[in-house]
Amino acid sequence: MTAITLDPAQEQWAAADEVPLSRVTRVELRKMFDTRSGFWLMASIVIAAVLSTVGTILVAPDSALTYYTFAKAVGFPMTVILPIIAVLSITGEWSQRSGLTTFTLVPRRNRVILAKVIASVAVGVAAMLVALAIGVLGNVVGTAIAGTGLVWDVSVVHAADIVLGSLLCLLTGTMLGLLFRSSPVALVAYLVYALLLPTVSDLLSASQDSYRELRPWVDLHYAQSALFEGSVTGEQWAQLAVTATVWLVLPALVAVRLVMRSEVK
Amino acid sequence: MITVESLSKKYGRRIVVDDVSFTARAGCVTGFLGPNGAGKSTSMRMMVGLTRPTSGAATIHGRRFADLPNPGREIGVMLDASAQHAGRTGREILALAQQMTGIESRRVPALPGVVGLTETESNRRIGSYSLGMRQRLGIAVALIGRPSVLILDEPANGLDPAGIRWMRDLLRDFADDGGTVLLSSHLLHEIEVIADDIVMIGNGRIVARGAMTELLRGGGTIARARDMTALERALRAAGLATSYDDQGSLWAEVEPAAVGLVAREYGLALTELRAAGGGLEDLFLQVTADTQREGKAA
Repeated sequence: MTAITLDPAQEQWAAADEVPLSRVTRVELRKMFDTRSGFWLMASIVIAAVLSTVGTILVAPDSALTYYTFAKAVGFPMTVILPIIAVLSITGEWSQRSGLTTFTLVPRRNRVILAKVIASVAVGVAAMLVALAIGVLGNVVGTAIAGTGLVWDVSVVHAADIVLGSLLCLLTGTMLGLLFRSSPVALVAYLVYALLLPTVSDLLSASQDSYRELRPWVDLHYAQSALFEGSVTGEQWAQLAVTATVWLVLPALVAVRLVMRSEVK
Repeated sequence: MITVESLSKKYGRRIVVDDVSFTARAGCVTGFLGPNGAGKSTSMRMMVGLTRPTSGAATIHGRRFADLPNPGREIGVMLDASAQHAGRTGREILALAQQMTGIESRRVPALPGVVGLTETESNRRIGSYSLGMRQRLGIAVALIGRPSVLILDEPANGLDPAGIRWMRDLLRDFADDGGTVLLSSHLLHEIEVIADDIVMIGNGRIVARGAMTELLRGGGTIARARDMTALERALRAAGLATSYDDQGSLWAEVEPAAVGLVAREYGLALTELRAAGGGLEDLFLQVTADTQREGKAA
């Protein structure tokens, strides 16, 4: 006689819940803050925003004391700090070798990567909101000191574009971290991405007319800058989509594939 | 239970692990031995999904590691005690593992005591830990999810004698409670004292495997006679594999009685006849002789 019986052990396995993504994300978020270097990196967001705001009040001419000036001033350091945070969140698993523990507790590496991306983006959004709020404070205080009128020349849409632009910088950091899995290499690569390539692109467009027309379609940094300036046109969105696909999404897909196959030592 | 089936790893043409198969039974401590670079760590990394095998597979309770929904609750792993962010405190590392596995948070303050770390020590950053303290913390991380299987790579490294004794008792108790322990070590004495089963590899291949008592019993026989060449000829004629050991005695792969019978048949006077079972170290050096870095000891 045959009967389909439930193997109690099998049933127990089925009941054993997989580590939910929310839990992995919470742990990854915690890991971004729980070391001295991580803590100061996070603190540097606030410190940099305050310093650039104070600097703007001291240096900018009275006529330029508008919210856009402050938003730009606090936004710039974020495009440097956020990618560093994103890079280290990824590469620490290899550079500090904590991946040995992380990937044995969560063997499906794509879940760990996804959790890290979510945690980094959450930190990025929070950082931008803090920075923009400090900018608001700066605008109020600065104009009061200078005795000029308050000018709010950044719309909510524009502010959202600025946040998006910073997140693209952050995700570039994530991508380079995944691609190189080494803190120094990924950080240098980010400098190449953010400083060297745009400079080369500048030089090229100054000397080559044919490149100047092509540039918005091939230069991610250039396409991204539209986000910070406000009022992005349909064509500019298209340029952003094309350049981000080529410079960010495609390398990220390659990087994730490499991480899935790589050996964690 | 850990089942390893035909596990192999090649890097280009270099074969690091070659067709390794064994079972680590529940309720037993299985010692995983081999000279430096024999492929122990690579094998262990493949078992826990950190390294992709070229072929073959390892399962834990019949499932691949990567298919375990929450591996921390079933297997405790420590492959390298130093592989932690130096800027985290011991307690924080435990808390991260606790949160990931979803086990009750009461385990975090309880575990440092279990592995012999004081509360003050557990609140220090592990950059300041000695190797022995890191090993203890690593064991605590491995134990946090109340696993039934432990995979530990060189856990006794850096421990003081009291620590080694403690580790031995802990692993013995774990196995006696029905747990599976696979541990690698180059401290042969440790393995000899604690392991029930032995898996020895050299150059990536298994060179000996089985229950330790049987392996040590099957160490062969050492024999000497007035006329060594005659004895060697006699043993060869009887179809026994022989070789000279480093003292110039003959070693034969059989029980002493068998050698004695052959000697009588050929009318040879033996001057020495004993079981070669010189402990795990002799067995280790014997079976890994052609894979040792030092070559054959002169």
